[in-house]
Amino acid sequence: MSVKLHALYSDSYVDIGQYRDQHFKGQLGEQEKLLKQSHTLYVGNLSFYTTEEQVHELFSKSGDVKRIIIGLDKVKKTACGFCFVEYYTRADAENAMRFINGTRLDDRIIRTDWDAGFKEGRQYGRGKSGGQVRDEYRQDYDPARGGYGKLAQHRTTEALNSF
Amino acid sequence: VRLVSIRDETDDGRVVCKLQEFDRLVRGGASTSSLESNLEGLAGVLEADLPNYKTKILRILCAVARLLPEKLTVYTTLVGLLNARNYNFGGEFVEAMIRQLKETLKNNFYNEAVYLVRFLSDLVNCHVIAAPSMVAMFENFVSVTQEEDVPQVRSDWFVYVVLSCLPWVGKELYEKKDVEMDRLLSQIEGYLQRRVKTHVSMLQVWTAEKPHPQEEYLDCLWAQIQKLKKDRWQERHILRPYIAFDSVLCEALQHNLPPFTPPGHMPDAQYPMPRVVFRIFDYTDAPEGPVMPGSHSVERFVIEENLHCIIKTHWKERKTCAAQLLSYPGKNKIPLNYHIVEVIFGELFQLPSPPHIDVMYTTLLIELCKLQPGSLPQVLAQATEMLYMRLDSMNTGCMDRLINWFSHHLSNFQFRWSWDDWADCLSTDQEKPKPKFVKEVLEKCMRLSYHQRIVDLVPATFSALIPAEPVFRYKYADESAASLPGYAISITVGNAIKNRASNEEILTILKEVPNPNQEDDDDEGETFNPLKIDVFLQTLLHLAAKSFSHSFSALGKFHEILKTLTDSDEGKLHILKVVYEVWKNHPQMIAVLVDKMIRTQIVDCAAVANWLFSQDMAHEFSRLFIWEILHSTIRKMNKHVQKIQKELEEAKDKLEKQQHKRDMDKNSEDEEGQLEEQIERLQEKVESAQSEQKNLFLVIFQRFIMLMTEHLVRCETGSVDISTPWYKNCIERLQQIFLMHHVTIQQYMGTLENLLFTAELDHHILAVYQQFCALQL
Repeated sequence: MSVKLHALYSDSYVDIGQYRDQHFKGQLGEQEKLLKQSHTLYVGNLSFYTTEEQVHELFSKSGDVKRIIIGLDKVKKTACGFCFVEYYTRADAENAMRFINGTRLDDRIIRTDWDAGFKEGRQYGRGKSGGQVRDEYRQDYDPARGGYGKLAQHRTTEALNSF
Repeated sequence: VRLVSIRDETDDGRVVCKLQEFDRLVRGGASTSSLESNLEGLAGVLEADLPNYKTKILRILCAVARLLPEKLTVYTTLVGLLNARNYNFGGEFVEAMIRQLKETLKNNFYNEAVYLVRFLSDLVNCHVIAAPSMVAMFENFVSVTQEEDVPQVRSDWFVYVVLSCLPWVGKELYEKKDVEMDRLLSQIEGYLQRRVKTHVSMLQVWTAEKPHPQEEYLDCLWAQIQKLKKDRWQERHILRPYIAFDSVLCEALQHNLPPFTPPGHMPDAQYPMPRVVFRIFDYTDAPEGPVMPGSHSVERFVIEENLHCIIKTHWKERKTCAAQLLSYPGKNKIPLNYHIVEVIFGELFQLPSPPHIDVMYTTLLIELCKLQPGSLPQVLAQATEMLYMRLDSMNTGCMDRLINWFSHHLSNFQFRWSWDDWADCLSTDQEKPKPKFVKEVLEKCMRLSYHQRIVDLVPATFSALIPAEPVFRYKYADESAASLPGYAISITVGNAIKNRASNEEILTILKEVPNPNQEDDDDEGETFNPLKIDVFLQTLLHLAAKSFSHSFSALGKFHEILKTLTDSDEGKLHILKVVYEVWKNHPQMIAVLVDKMIRTQIVDCAAVANWLFSQDMAHEFSRLFIWEILHSTIRKMNKHVQKIQKELEEAKDKLEKQQHKRDMDKNSEDEEGQLEEQIERLQEKVESAQSEQKNLFLVIFQRFIMLMTEHLVRCETGSVDISTPWYKNCIERLQQIFLMHHVTIQQYMGTLENLLFTAELDHHILAVYQQFCALQL
């Protein structure tokens, strides 16, 4: 076809997001390049009790899953509500972004985003208390993610202790 | 759909912006009057831009014709207005469309070619193209039915194109050329009567004719056109903006289509496969509001066609897709939710396979439920209920998709369902479709949640259908197993593994395992010792049972040992047996372990096929996980072949480039030599992989034939009806192999006919093969 039309269709669910890994080691622009070629997805807002099996069952609906790495609390080494899903092909990962992102797993709306690729160490939460950063500061009560946010928990404990 | 700008050296913001704005308006469901004034405005802008941007405008409009079929009449009106203002532009547009049509056909894009022809035919309504020249094109198309020695699907396509344009342009063509049109239709009728329809039963979602016959798509369309003709071509559903501009348009000069000879048949042509029209609803099903148009009304055809087009355009963006479906023009006169649900299920259950990935439909339906929470979920529930009621005659492959859809859908809505409504499935033999369906659904629901959740979910009466708790079954678990021959060594091996012993140490320990297959002590060479495999693998998998990752890690760490133990075909078969025995309550785990073992070459694809068809697995034969494993295995084999073929092509390309360089630089002969060697190696690899692939299919077909022949003979001798649930499942699973992998299987037709599907075969089995052949005849 001699007509070169730049995407008469848009495919916005596949676009890379705003998040950039602050710990990423590489040149400027490299992270974007990797994200655009990546076969790996970051999956967030999981329940702490969601298992690798459940993740595998759901994400297999968009293609063969190569590997799943469950995110762990750095201190407790237990699941802390995120994971990485790596596919064999980019196309399968794209379908996950289009059709699994924003739907429910374990009754929770999960969120997927492109990831530049798993590296050892990235399976750990980066919050001060060992879990994810988002669980440090949040104010709401989420029983599937350890209850109140860590800061709120500390404050409660301190308040109780000071009595 | 955003009309994104054409990247060109001279970026012309204004033209593209105007078109983008217009497209946004059309997408947003503009009111008719707004649409009309915008069309007028846009035509004015574009006309002014023609001197400078004619090529660009032509290209965009041609692309729109090909890619936005659901907005057909809006853009034909635009072209009509432009033609009225600038006759030459109209002529150039028609020429560009014909060029595009030729190109599209050459590249096997038959669906897009339909949209192009339909666009051209609607241009007759806009006074751009003269009716007689359109009739002439249709006559050329229909003359393809006179060709000899061409696949039926070729002439089918040309007939389909003509018929599918008639809702838009039938009236106009009949008014101008009724004699020619009558002749055309009678030719088509003759063709449709001669057509071979062996393929139809293979493509039907239900084997029953009631409540709705599933018609072959051409038969249905013919009936719809017949009815339209009887109604004197009065068609009131299609939105026709050009009517408002009639006074302007009828002043325009028309162009004649150049004579168009359909391109001849090429051996590598891939015509669309035939299909069956999916119907689940009729006028009795929408309780309130507008009535559903009858199955042979042309309105039904147009609505379904437009909804399919919307999905085709927007499937990648579910929110847009759902919004576009729900804002279908004229929606107040039809039970739109029913049409949408019917069209979506029609695609999901389409045989051989859905037009888009299965999970898209699940997510689209969820999106639709979000946008219409007061009405769509009820229609969806109604459809689900109807599908459940007709399970007895539903095609097995379609039922698989229903199981996957329903369980995934429920997992997004806290698994809420009125299970008691389906209590009738409890009183019947569990091999019957209804209880089987419920069992498989509950199993899939469990995979997306956990066992206790399912127990709490269903009424106590359903307990027999609840899946087993997915726990490991360890043979050597405790002292009660002490009498088993492998017990003592299982403990030693277990401790060795826990203490990170080396492979050599572990193999030494395993040497002590007696071989039940041998009479004398002969530990020379690696003869097949099933007990050795059993002891090692059971113990290893037991230690690694905690999660998939643990098990994968175990397979990886002890890969060497496993490869040694499974060096023979019997070894491979036995390892699969052991995996099944320990994890029979956790089919999901079995599937991922088998996948891993194939990928790490511990077992090969043929071993997996033989294992699935083995006597030991006969009692699981109708369970979904068996077929998921088999199809996954075939897919892996296919991808493997494709991968090596690609490597070979790339090496050949590299060599060609190198040879060009060589003509200019004498020093690159070494590299060439290396490449040639590499190509030779890859060639061998490809041949070996292709041979393995062919062997896999032959094994599968052979096993099917053996099983089915046994059954048929047994039934005949016992004077029993052959149509048991097992038999229905078996025959449809065989069909599924053909349908799901038809592209690969086409290569083996010769071998299949000469070796396996010969005339001596029982006619029941042979019929499946013949139906498959009929799909591309």
